[in-house]
Amino acid sequence: MSLTVRLFAGLRDIAGGELVRDVPEPATVDAVWAQLAHEWPGLAPYRDSVSCAVNAEYARFSDSVREGDEVAFLPPVSGG
Amino acid sequence: MDRFAITSAPLRLEPLMDLVSRVHAEQAAREDREGPGAVASFVGLVRNRHAGRDVDHLSYEAYEPLAIRAFGRIAAELAERVPDAVLAIHHRVGRLEIGEASVAIAAASAHRAEASAACRYAIERIKQMAPIWKHEVFAGGAAWVEGATADPEDAASRERAWSLACP
Repeated sequence: MSLTVRLFAGLRDIAGGELVRDVPEPATVDAVWAQLAHEWPGLAPYRDSVSCAVNAEYARFSDSVREGDEVAFLPPVSGG
Repeated sequence: MDRFAITSAPLRLEPLMDLVSRVHAEQAAREDREGPGAVASFVGLVRNRHAGRDVDHLSYEAYEPLAIRAFGRIAAELAERVPDAVLAIHHRVGRLEIGEASVAIAAASAHRAEASAACRYAIERIKQMAPIWKHEVFAGGAAWVEGATADPEDAASRERAWSLACP
């Protein structure tokens, strides 16, 4: 299935801000991350500090993803 | 004007203060309770020095739809602690020079303690979980500032923010 992946800040610098990726079904956010980190090894060290969102709602890495979802990976935040 | 916004335009506090005051007055009138007696505000500025480095300018990036939801979530959390408070948050994105406002927050309540606590809680929660990132350009380089891992469900973070808001 095809998904849109959004990356921000330091993650975007490594792999780009918006990617379309095919992942085998069924898949979780974690599987999407694993595929990206395989493709872009520079992302891998972020695994423990990154958060995620699905369709612009906070999500967990164990959450399922569906065809057409927008999966976002959020490095540690620094707003304010 | 929306109570929660991400914008590339310069921030203005006064319209936000008017907005929360008006919304509070309307809600209070509907529910037959005390109207606004206090508006507290917070404005974050781009500082000239960070971590011992001279900052040239900052560039902010946000995941806008989630950031707006995060601001709404902060307001919902506040409603459990300070049911009377009405909150507004506007955060800037794009390039900001030293001294410019990066975030403006206003909170209205019937009484000063609640307005003040709401404002402080909001800025602490923004720093903990809002999907917004600061790119710092300093003399000799540039770097993304990496603060907290965003986890809106983390109860310990919420409690920490609340204890800072009500010392």
